[in-house]
Amino acid sequence: MSGQERGTTLGVGERRAGRIAVGVVAWVVGLVWIFPVAWTVFTSFKTEQDATAQTLTQGLSLDRYREVSSSTEGTLSLATALSNSLFVVLVSTTLVMLLAVPTAYALAIRRVPKWRDILFFFISTKFLPVVASIFPIYVYAEKWNLIGTRTILVVLYTAMNLPLAVWMIRSFFMEVPRELIEAAEIDGTKLINQLRSVIMPISAPGLAATALLCVIFAWNEYFYAIQLNFASGSTMPQWVIGNVDTRGNFLAKLSAASVIACLPVVLAGWIAQKRMIRGLSMGAIK
Amino acid sequence: MASVQYDAATRLYPGTSRPAVNELSLTIADGELLVLVGPSGSGKSTALRMLAGLEPLDAGRILIADRDVSAVRPRDRDIAMVFQNYALYPQLDVAANMGFALKQQGVPKEERMQRVRDVAKLLDLEPYLDRKPRNLSGGQRQRVAMGRAIVRRPQVYLMDEPLSNLDAKLRVQTRTELVELQARLAVTTVYVTHDQVEAMTMGDRVAVLRDGILQQCDTPSALYHAPANLFVAGFIGSPAMNQLHVSATGPLMIGGADVGIADDVGGERAMIGFRPEVVVIGAGSIPARIRVIEDLGSEVFVHLVIQHEGEDHRLVAKAAAPFTGAVGDNVQIGLRGTVHLFDTSDARRATITV
Repeated sequence: MSGQERGTTLGVGERRAGRIAVGVVAWVVGLVWIFPVAWTVFTSFKTEQDATAQTLTQGLSLDRYREVSSSTEGTLSLATALSNSLFVVLVSTTLVMLLAVPTAYALAIRRVPKWRDILFFFISTKFLPVVASIFPIYVYAEKWNLIGTRTILVVLYTAMNLPLAVWMIRSFFMEVPRELIEAAEIDGTKLINQLRSVIMPISAPGLAATALLCVIFAWNEYFYAIQLNFASGSTMPQWVIGNVDTRGNFLAKLSAASVIACLPVVLAGWIAQKRMIRGLSMGAIK
Repeated sequence: MASVQYDAATRLYPGTSRPAVNELSLTIADGELLVLVGPSGSGKSTALRMLAGLEPLDAGRILIADRDVSAVRPRDRDIAMVFQNYALYPQLDVAANMGFALKQQGVPKEERMQRVRDVAKLLDLEPYLDRKPRNLSGGQRQRVAMGRAIVRRPQVYLMDEPLSNLDAKLRVQTRTELVELQARLAVTTVYVTHDQVEAMTMGDRVAVLRDGILQQCDTPSALYHAPANLFVAGFIGSPAMNQLHVSATGPLMIGGADVGIADDVGGERAMIGFRPEVVVIGAGSIPARIRVIEDLGSEVFVHLVIQHEGEDHRLVAKAAAPFTGAVGDNVQIGLRGTVHLFDTSDARRATITV
């Protein structure tokens, strides 16, 4: 069935007016959405005086970017934060995918007993406010000398993203036709091969979308990072905040830092856009 | 190549009280094409899936080549299955689909490609070897699914309604090709269908299932001419066998006329059944009225109404073409040929020629 058949049919005049109205609304929503981002990007090219006064008298330049990316004494350098973030994000996302794929298999394809309870357990870990969990985590992190390390963030980001990944991948695995898995079973595949050569290729767009979301969430995570990791293991969000200067104007520098922190995620999202949209909508069709 | 044996095989789905397959005992000879047929819910697909190892057995056992495989994984049973929706791997091209099982077995690439090419040639699939399934027509996909099974050279082929997604003309054509191919390869084949015409035309023997219980397993001819019970009598044959309730004793009366059957089967007579070709129009003593005439060219099916035991009953007669009667005509009909008598438990008790 095509979209035309499903939609309500409007009269000639109505249809045109309706389309213009929808177009106007779309533009307004889009502009409201883009405003903070555009403002930040614009401000990042200004001088501090212009930024604070919200004027444009001294022209635009890349100077703020130069300032924030060159290390100043005592503060976290961009290179360190970037490498920490990359490490934490990539290791935690890899772990999440390695754990979530077999879990999703056991919850979608060869269902274990009580799979509903297990599924609920995973999502229930998301019910608690993050703040409520920080105290015990802090106490034990300190006890095991994990404060200020990248390890604690890897562990926490893995735990944080795992429920989401399990739920998403499970729904993608559910879409794999039952007969295909049975055919693979009769064709002699062992469990690992069944996953590798039949189930995962078919749900590849979904797996890519899941991994991308995990990357984004881990990259942007701020609360755990600031609470547990104020030393050399700090990540990009902390580096951004490090540009808040208590003694002078910092709006332009902060904007430049924000733009730098956003770039990798925007880039990854842009590259993965097509696959991700297909992956995200895959579960919605049936 | 191997024989297959179901030995009181039973499958009870969790949460149900009636077994989907109930103590099925059936032996399929080496190289035989056996068709499992029955209406939906009869357990035919479950029986096939039990043989494939996709459904566990709750009781009994299944033997392939005299080896008990009841607890053996599907991949270790040396079988190949053709699914109703073909279940082709969408990300692999035709050659990779057909060679998939061989690759899993660790067959060297050279040999694998050779075997795939041989089967592709057999099925006229050579031009499509590097295509993805989504770029094939329904008939081509069906052949790829067949090819995937043939390439493996398994002991048994399992086919789960493999033709039901084809259009009518292609289905009839493929049916013939499949029978020829099976005879040539001489691999034991279990074929599931709900279509009794398919069952009758394809099977060396046909096993009729109902509610998980085997009703009769015999050659198509025996099923037609000597059905074990009323269900088989009604299920096999198109149009279906005429069935009328009759008195337990005394002369057998149809529509108030004595049709000359004295045998009262020891007082356990309950139903009479006779095929459309047994009903003769214009020669007999049973009054009837013509309701509908179906002229198929080579033969004519005449739908009749008779008054039997105070109620209207419908009968179908097969008449030779051309047929001269018209709808609404009152005619006299009689029975000439084989009739079956069934008892109160629906079992066939006697077959009589009148």
